[in-house]
Amino acid sequence: MSHVLTMDKPDERNSLDAMKQGVIGQPMDRPDGIAKVTGTATYTAEYAIKGCAEGVLVTAPFTRGRVTRIDADSIRDMPGVIRVIDDERLITRAAQGDAGEAPDQGPLDVHYFGQPIALVVAETFEQARDAAKALTIEFAADDLSDVPLDPSAADTERVETTRQGDLEQAMKEAIHSVDVTYTTEGHASAAMEPHAAIAEWDGQQVTVYASLQMPNFNISELADCLGLEEDNVRLLSHYVGGGFGSKLVISPEAVAAAIAEMTLNRPVRVVMSRQQVFQAIMRRTETRQRLRLGTNAEGTLTAFGHEARISNLPGEDFTESVVQASQFLYGGENRFLQLELARIHRMAAGSVRAPGEAVGMPVLEAAMDELAEQAGVDPVALRLRNIPDKHPVKGIPYSSRKLAECLEQGAQRFGWDSGPRKPRQRREGEWWIGTGMASAARIHSVEEAQARVTLRVDGTALVETDMTDIGTGTYAILTQIASEMLGLDPSSVKVSLGDTNHPRGSGSGGSRGAASTGSAVFIACEEIRRELAKRMGTTEDALQLSDGSCAAGGSKKSLQAVIGNQEISHIGHFKPGEVMDKYLAASFGAFFAEVAVNEWTGEARVRRLLGAFGFGRVLNAKTARSQCIGGMTWCIGAALTESLLFDPVDGHLVNCDLAEYHVPVHRDVPHLETILIEERDPVASPIQAKGVGELGIAGGAGAIANAVYNACGARLRTFPMTPDKILSAMPKQA
Amino acid sequence: MKPFDYQRAERIEHASQLMSDGATAIAGGTNLLDLMKLQVETPNTLVDVNKLPMEKIEAAGNGLHIGALVTNTAAAVHPRIKADYAVLSRAILAGATQQLRNKATTAGNLCQRTRCYYFTNTDQPCNKREPGTGCGAIKGIARLHAVLGTSDQCIATYPGDMAVAMCALDAVVHITNANGASRRVPVREFHRLPGNRPEKDNVLEPGEIITSVELPAPVKGTHIYRKVRERSSYAFAMCSVAAIVRMEDGRIDHASLAFGGLAHKPWHDPAIEETLVGQTPSLSLFDRAADVLLETAQSYGENDFKIPLARRTLAAVLCEATGVHT
Repeated sequence: MSHVLTMDKPDERNSLDAMKQGVIGQPMDRPDGIAKVTGTATYTAEYAIKGCAEGVLVTAPFTRGRVTRIDADSIRDMPGVIRVIDDERLITRAAQGDAGEAPDQGPLDVHYFGQPIALVVAETFEQARDAAKALTIEFAADDLSDVPLDPSAADTERVETTRQGDLEQAMKEAIHSVDVTYTTEGHASAAMEPHAAIAEWDGQQVTVYASLQMPNFNISELADCLGLEEDNVRLLSHYVGGGFGSKLVISPEAVAAAIAEMTLNRPVRVVMSRQQVFQAIMRRTETRQRLRLGTNAEGTLTAFGHEARISNLPGEDFTESVVQASQFLYGGENRFLQLELARIHRMAAGSVRAPGEAVGMPVLEAAMDELAEQAGVDPVALRLRNIPDKHPVKGIPYSSRKLAECLEQGAQRFGWDSGPRKPRQRREGEWWIGTGMASAARIHSVEEAQARVTLRVDGTALVETDMTDIGTGTYAILTQIASEMLGLDPSSVKVSLGDTNHPRGSGSGGSRGAASTGSAVFIACEEIRRELAKRMGTTEDALQLSDGSCAAGGSKKSLQAVIGNQEISHIGHFKPGEVMDKYLAASFGAFFAEVAVNEWTGEARVRRLLGAFGFGRVLNAKTARSQCIGGMTWCIGAALTESLLFDPVDGHLVNCDLAEYHVPVHRDVPHLETILIEERDPVASPIQAKGVGELGIAGGAGAIANAVYNACGARLRTFPMTPDKILSAMPKQA
Repeated sequence: MKPFDYQRAERIEHASQLMSDGATAIAGGTNLLDLMKLQVETPNTLVDVNKLPMEKIEAAGNGLHIGALVTNTAAAVHPRIKADYAVLSRAILAGATQQLRNKATTAGNLCQRTRCYYFTNTDQPCNKREPGTGCGAIKGIARLHAVLGTSDQCIATYPGDMAVAMCALDAVVHITNANGASRRVPVREFHRLPGNRPEKDNVLEPGEIITSVELPAPVKGTHIYRKVRERSSYAFAMCSVAAIVRMEDGRIDHASLAFGGLAHKPWHDPAIEETLVGQTPSLSLFDRAADVLLETAQSYGENDFKIPLARRTLAAVLCEATGVHT
């Protein structure tokens, strides 16, 4: 039976807190942890499928134009070659998050350098890779002088505008103001596991093992690509070695594997090379952002302007929502927020962890630091002063918000000095030492989700959903929710994920997986509790389940006795509802950083980084902290090292491996301290949880940038702050 | 990766013979295998030299012989290298990662190829990879690239750290060929400038094999290896300096300096050392030394920063070595 809960109003019951098992929120180890660290968890490319052929994608060696001929004969005699697949259903790029339909197909029309155009299938991976290199392709490339590659020179279109009051006038009247323009560079998800897929076809149904974040959407995307009904497609994604947005969607390798399998009637595996993942999956757009902030004499915002230019391929709808948190984080009655989209021929821009806030928040928070300096106000105090009572445009209340607590507790734990701030005040040898802070904010959203929970005759529970665990801890938290609700030891709960034969979950994306699919599990468990209560002759709220026993009124039985020989199985079905229109729901926090900058070389190293976060109920204190510190690590990369470099002549991505795209290494990451502030949000979800997967990246690079300035006096308006840029902006030695 | 023959050499002569016939030697493979996967390198035959007796570090008079197959890790932790050639130990530890250093060998590291993005991308022009196709980097992303000794054919850098320290130490490469003839080439002359033959990284001729690197008698003084990079490990140098500096009576008594990340070879210029030796250390003296270093420097937009960075890094190293305070 399926039971639907539509979130049309806040769920004030707060049922999880009434349970007695004491498992929810605990820092429980991941049930999948041992398998992962011992190498026995099977990831997509590792399935040993008998008779599996190997496919390697061929990519376009030009920027825009048309492939006129793919000469399969040119490799026919090479060892092991089976077939060249140049089916027009092959996709030219990954889909976009939540698309549920095929992205651009027809690979012979080339839109960016490195676009997949064909698949070479051979008996071994090495043979396929060699043949893919040798394949002769004829093409007509457009003259590069006609191809827009540089976002600052390309035509733009306006995609989003919020206007309230008169920003220009308010800026004129402001006592303190800043009008500053920042830039950020493109980012890659850089997940450790490359994109991979294996397809098997039984004449009716194609089964695809793939590394995907949202099978619930991806099944529709793949079916649409192949021209099949969804019933004829099954996706399996039990373990995902990092996604960060890059696996939200069906991408070229999965479609190519499925087409190859259906063409050859033989299982085919396609693993993208590291370079191909970088060059053809998706990028976070570079941005140019203008911030106009003005306050009255007391430092209260009266003017708030945030405009951003982003880019994407022609025809792509995705826009990095750079000004998203600027909509609701701070007050200021005169507001102007705008996004402009430049059309350029770099690979498609799409979702990379916290699209919008990941680049919008650091820039806003750097501009706030400039404003605090200008106004002579402590940066923490400036933020506290500008926390609005209601949404500054919509006038709706906040569902729950621990921003002030995060700022205050974070400042206290960090030892923030609220005295007057001046750069270049503290030096240790060659190193200037400085501090900086920033707020964190990430919009909360939920997605429709279903999960089946079965209480089996042996007294154990099985949770099934096509939801995924992309390293986030889904296996752990769904175990804990079922365990708490059903009074079972976590070892008596088994969670099965990532199979589209299971009820559709929410997928992992937009920080919404835990609250959405967690609620589906919660709803299913509530139904089971109702049925148990009925069998006990009582009501659900009078029922106490703990340690495998059922108690109501004066009587107590073992759970197994109540189940008898009739297992109890229910599908919980969570649906987002109107409540999200009536409240602004978001996760909030604060970052505090201490950074050292070398006087001679401009090298910047983070010495301390602290994050305080409020994101509703903490479902698992360990996996939630891991999400936070993972995000904070990204902040270090975004602030100091990470930047996609595009060739100015043909627009190809130049640094397409982990040696040259510089994510932070262990030595760049100091001990990361977190404060997880307890909160219950009845609007966010029936389990009072909000999202945390992206909060840790939403602003921290700004705290590091502000600390760079405080350390050495280099006020850089460009991320990442690499040594060359810091040196050029550092004041000359007195 | 193209199919290739694999042979395991039991004797040096055997390896040399195969290499005379076009085989490529493989030891740790940390660079070669990556390049073979990308088909930047497409050897028909690989000759595995790991069984050859070249894996020892041995005393040689007052100096030290480091066998060609000594791993980076083994060299970096060797007690004599740590004690007498600290600059070398420090340079090695500044390179790559522990896992790579465990596999990478002394000779392989000397022969490692540039990390120029255009060299490793077979869809792009590169005179080093494919002579005559042009240079993508000169008009492209030249962030990693050279500012000294470049040519209009190539602006790639030699990426390593170990060789920069060996260059400061004035180490000598021992080379033998298939006829058993051997020769000695100072590390300072081992790598080439690109000129109009950028495909040729170093002076090795077909069939020649490196057997060891000889370190001369130790030089007392302060040993420094300073590597500048945006992340603190697993990144190639934006600029690096290897220095051995000794002070006496307030003057610089000895200075050996070599530079990485600036050229197609580890950069050594005796005129820099001559500027320093015998002088009282000061910031203005260090500036004059940098003037000598950078006299002919030419940058390509993306790497303009390397010229001031090299000047500042040299000053930082000399301040540390001589005790000059800023």
